[in-house]
Amino acid sequence: MTRALRRCLPQILTLLALVALVSIFFPQFLAISFENGRLTGPVVDIVKRGAPVALLAIGMTLVIATRGIDLSVGTVMAISGAVAAWTLAAGWGVFPAVLLAIVAGLTCGLWNGCLVAYVGIQPIVATLILMTSGRGIAQLITEGRILTFSDPAFAWIGSGTVAGVPVPALLWLVTGIAVAFIMRRTALGLLVEAIGINRSASTVAGINARVLLIAVYAASGFCAALAGIVATADIRGADANNAGLWLELDAILAVVIGGNSLLGGRFSVAASILGALIIQTVDTGILLAGFPSEYNLVIKAGLVLVILLVQSPNLSQHWHWLRMEIRRQREPKPIGSRDTR
Amino acid sequence: MLLTIRDLSKSFPGTKALDSVDFDLAAGEVHALLGENGAGKSTLIKCLTGAYRRDEGDIRLDGEPISPGSTAEAQSLGIGTVYQEVNLLDNLTVAKNLTFGREPRRFGLIDGRAQRAEARRMLEGYGLDIDVGRDLGSYSVAIRQIVAIARAVELSGKILILDEPTASLDAAETRMLFDVVRGLRDRGLGIVFVSHFLDQVFELTDRVTVLRNGAKIVTEKTAELDRVALIRHMLGRELEEVEAEQGADHTRSEARRTVVDFKGYGRDGLVDPFDLTVREGEVIGLAGLLGSGRTETAELMFGIRAAQRGEAKVDGEPVSLTSPREAIAAGFGFAPEERKTDGIVADLSVRENIILALQARRGWAKPVPRAEQARLAETYIKRLDIRTSDAEKAVGELSGGNQQKVVLARWLAMNPRFLILDEPTRGVDVGAHAEILRLIGEITEGGMSVLVISSELDELVAASDRIIVVRDRAHVAELSGVEITSGAIVTAIAAPDAGKVA
Repeated sequence: MTRALRRCLPQILTLLALVALVSIFFPQFLAISFENGRLTGPVVDIVKRGAPVALLAIGMTLVIATRGIDLSVGTVMAISGAVAAWTLAAGWGVFPAVLLAIVAGLTCGLWNGCLVAYVGIQPIVATLILMTSGRGIAQLITEGRILTFSDPAFAWIGSGTVAGVPVPALLWLVTGIAVAFIMRRTALGLLVEAIGINRSASTVAGINARVLLIAVYAASGFCAALAGIVATADIRGADANNAGLWLELDAILAVVIGGNSLLGGRFSVAASILGALIIQTVDTGILLAGFPSEYNLVIKAGLVLVILLVQSPNLSQHWHWLRMEIRRQREPKPIGSRDTR
Repeated sequence: MLLTIRDLSKSFPGTKALDSVDFDLAAGEVHALLGENGAGKSTLIKCLTGAYRRDEGDIRLDGEPISPGSTAEAQSLGIGTVYQEVNLLDNLTVAKNLTFGREPRRFGLIDGRAQRAEARRMLEGYGLDIDVGRDLGSYSVAIRQIVAIARAVELSGKILILDEPTASLDAAETRMLFDVVRGLRDRGLGIVFVSHFLDQVFELTDRVTVLRNGAKIVTEKTAELDRVALIRHMLGRELEEVEAEQGADHTRSEARRTVVDFKGYGRDGLVDPFDLTVREGEVIGLAGLLGSGRTETAELMFGIRAAQRGEAKVDGEPVSLTSPREAIAAGFGFAPEERKTDGIVADLSVRENIILALQARRGWAKPVPRAEQARLAETYIKRLDIRTSDAEKAVGELSGGNQQKVVLARWLAMNPRFLILDEPTRGVDVGAHAEILRLIGEITEGGMSVLVISSELDELVAASDRIIVVRDRAHVAELSGVEITSGAIVTAIAAPDAGKVA
């Protein structure tokens, strides 16, 4: 446990620093109140709004650990949302809607996984195919309209609460814990890392790399389906054109801010989720701090750059050196000795 | 002295890689740098070429203190390096490689004609007659090696460091390379020669410096050193141990139970169909030149490439071997030749690498318990004498020989019935070499069957009960018992029909 904590320490510190920074501009940032049976406040807003990216980041972490990437998750969100809305519109009820949306997400993931594992297409190209074609598929399902529905039970997934906590926040929390638990309590995590670091050697050692690759893309599709359900339930309608638009890039960014290498290998799901929360904190914080909205993207880019620079392993050596240097200068020099360097 | 190094020290977390090492290099000498894996040769070289910063010590070139901070700076000071894996660009022409980064220009554009002329001038005196306009990749490793040397000499010109230059060369190519090296020595360069081949050290070098565990043991004139003394310096223990490994008796394989039986096994364009019976506790040697079909035979048996014809039987039952997983299920293990690409998983720890195959066989749902993992890692680190600060260190940070031992440990932990070792001692120092041979003896005592692929005939003769000779992608001869001599193997490799067993 302590090792997992140490792994996430840079992300936790970054998040705390951001919270402090936003609090300077918006002192009520940490205020949480309990109204009408639900918690409200900027922080609650962040954990709720951050849900889609946090969910995507969970699946994306696994894919990136195998040295892959999944560009299609934003589109898969749209497809799943469209499937869910269509099912509700057809009057089949909530459970079939959720189930079919997840099946749609898993199918998309399996498609990606087969292209990567069996056909041998590079992940970025393989998932690009679905990324571009997927919105068309979603539009076919919604017949080009924004499919709205009024099912309070389904809407609860997007805007409801349990004991005051927003359901979307619980969803990423439960999914994240479940995935991290499965990865670390079984050997899946090790095997995924092994194929990400050296697929050839892993195959020789008897690891079934193909099945694992398909599994991680399917997991990514599953997470994208959950994100799609949340997004659709939140606005009570499926918008094939805009649901999940560009979120694949936020998800990748969350994984990177989480300190996971795009070259595969060692991964931490918790750190990626923290990365997603960092992104959402930046987004919400900029709004709360009252900057004109046209500055938002530039400020976000600047903050992300700083975060990545601070976490860069190349720079950490320089930090170390700087610390040593400062310590040396503070130390009282022995009398009569001169600095030889 | 051209180069003097005094009290050079370099530490890494957990280890002292170099401990007050002294080293001298005169102009016009070839100076061998020897030592086991992890002795500190690479670290010394990297301190010289600017890849590492030294912690302490003094390096002087022509009497001037130097402190190169990068390879480029080392080059401009006069220190050039050629590595075993040639670091040139195969997809560019020889001329482009030779003039890379300082192409002759005309009106701001690269002048191809001048470039080729320059390249031809640089290659003068190396005894190469090649078309500098062709891609470097179309030439043999030896020629690429020489081109790399020519480039290094041109750019630096005082000191040339050759790091295992002959590891992938055959005898004729090695001779060609040695002629080049002698020519450079006569031109007054100081040459540092790192190699595991002691024969080559005695043939080529003027002086020898031996490192062990980061410390300098001795520097002596090669002519005044005998082989036994040299190995003793390198190992720090008596040679008898090593010698005792030689001369296994070849008479024990007759009446044993058959474990694996290949009949007419082959794949078009890879290996001609062959028959091979593997008996319990037997060591089979696979001899042949590089590219003759040795590795391909192993890949076929382990299911990395699927066979198109023939059948394999384990304990008399036909088995399908179309993937490593199936081969492992049949009780096979395979330590490949390219351990960096096909063997180790560099970023994973020693412990994780050792349990990897075991875990793959158990399936993802049944993780090997942590206590069991720790016990296995502990056991094999001790049994194979893997030099690592602890079991959680990433395998990529170990030296080559220790990486090889980790791959061996991975398979021994599986307790396979048939273990295939492709060049288990390639790039491994004398000490680890002897240990690996001893290990092969030990595991076959326990009933495991081993197939060893090796370029070193002495090693095959010493370890094998039977030897299969491969030539032109076909198994051409089988030697057993008293027939096993290096001479017989060479004859079988060389002569078209001699020694053929019908």
